[in-house]
Amino acid sequence: MSEALLNVEGLQVRYGAIEAVKSLDLHIAEGERVTLIGANGAGKSSSLKALTGLLPAAKGEIRFAGRSILGQAPEKLLRQGIAMVPEGRGIFARMSVLENLQAGAFLRRDNEQVQREMRQLFEHFPRLEERLHQSAGLLSGGEQQMLALARALLSRPRLLILDEPSMGLAPIMVEKIFQVIDDVCRQGMTLLLVEQNARLALQVTDRAYVMDTGRITLTGPSQALLEHPEVRSAYLGE
Amino acid sequence: MDGFIQQLLNGLMTGSLYALVALGYTMVYGILRIINFAHGDVLMIGALVGLSVIRLVQAAWPALPPVLVLLCATLVAMAVCAVLAVVIERVAYRRLRHAPRLAPLISGIGVSLLLQTIAMLVWTRNPQMFPQLLSLAPIEVLAGASAHPAITNVTALTTIAIALSVMVALLVLVERTRFGRAMRAVAENPQVASLMGISPNRIIVITFAIGGALAALAGIMMASNYGSAHFYMGFLPGIKAFTAAVLGGIGNLKGAMLGGLLLGLIEALGTGYLGAATNGVFGSNYQDVFAFIVLIAVLVFRPSGLLGERLATRA
Repeated sequence: MSEALLNVEGLQVRYGAIEAVKSLDLHIAEGERVTLIGANGAGKSSSLKALTGLLPAAKGEIRFAGRSILGQAPEKLLRQGIAMVPEGRGIFARMSVLENLQAGAFLRRDNEQVQREMRQLFEHFPRLEERLHQSAGLLSGGEQQMLALARALLSRPRLLILDEPSMGLAPIMVEKIFQVIDDVCRQGMTLLLVEQNARLALQVTDRAYVMDTGRITLTGPSQALLEHPEVRSAYLGE
Repeated sequence: MDGFIQQLLNGLMTGSLYALVALGYTMVYGILRIINFAHGDVLMIGALVGLSVIRLVQAAWPALPPVLVLLCATLVAMAVCAVLAVVIERVAYRRLRHAPRLAPLISGIGVSLLLQTIAMLVWTRNPQMFPQLLSLAPIEVLAGASAHPAITNVTALTTIAIALSVMVALLVLVERTRFGRAMRAVAENPQVASLMGISPNRIIVITFAIGGALAALAGIMMASNYGSAHFYMGFLPGIKAFTAAVLGGIGNLKGAMLGGLLLGLIEALGTGYLGAATNGVFGSNYQDVFAFIVLIAVLVFRPSGLLGERLATRA
């Protein structure tokens, strides 16, 4: 078997004396949709931050597309195809919607193709086009999440990492956003989704890892985990 | 009326210099949330480097037209100060980026003293005559309209024109270009900007370089207008430009421009009319007091400045 697109082995993340992530092993094949679920404080967000270079890893190895990416800055990782929509969306509130989208395509020089992709995204998210020249801080929470997702997609990532995209959003907005994610994944993009809403996450992904107190406790196909008694009682509230 | 136009011109001239320097404070503050207290001394180094270049060029090519000599000196000084500002960032601020706010403030003051001392060693502690390469022949403004027309000269007018053009160019750079977007993105959220592929360190370095170049430009203009340059000449304009940046709303580019021009005008008009208003008790020697009255008033009544956001909205 050839090496997976993303390989994480023995990743450890610490905040001083506190081990947020004790030892994380994660393997994601190209085109796969994988979710990392777990309770608050399980270490999910810290894992993502280490994966995208926002936090240093204390130990372990991260390989992407066959190369070690440990310790690289986020701006370097984006060049290699890893994009992340951070928790809380991280839009630039003082910039316009258009400028936010342009920031997403910052590294790209193929302006015409970017324009085309922007128009495609507007078909999914017409609200963004209507508010193109307004400052992004005036958008509603759902619209900001659309913008954050559209902005990340405009960097044309090989691996898209989403940190809690459903947080604080109305169900209809969540549905819309996952529909778009589903669309782009069908075109071959790889997805790593971190979600507190475990049911939703398991429904839209192929495979799942369950994280608890800094390590992986369960893994398997998402469908199977939906039926797993431990998952059902701990994360699906049944 | 005669005095008014004269003071307006004077105010516009000093004000546009304050604005150029204030831009350096405000750009750095906008991105790093620190006050670069060595910025005024970068201006001083710019003027003195410019002076040395003028002496060298005039010795090597005595026939060169004065305008070209000045241009050459300005460009060299701007380049030197751009590099100097980048070195200051690297040495005095980068490692303190996540330190408590007081730390970069103190290291900035340290750099300021260091630059003054170096300048004293290189250019001596005496004021140096700065050759006035543009014409100082008086130009009468609105001549004929009044018995005592306001008087200006080519140096002052050039200063105003160049300062205003540079400000417009900077606004276009920041608001209309890809680099400007990257700069604003880093100012707003460096982590997210890096997720967009923007390198915050690169933006910070370029910001310091631009600020340094603008300070050098202001330094040369100042020395050209006053005819002298010395190791201490950066202190007062530095503090006043800082006041101008606070007046406009620190972190806000248009605010720095507005604040600089306003402060220049307040000083000029205040000084011009103070003597008459107080029956000669206070004279024009109180000029420098105005800047600090303005600073105190802004801090008391509108701490976020004229164009600044309310502090609560800032993360």
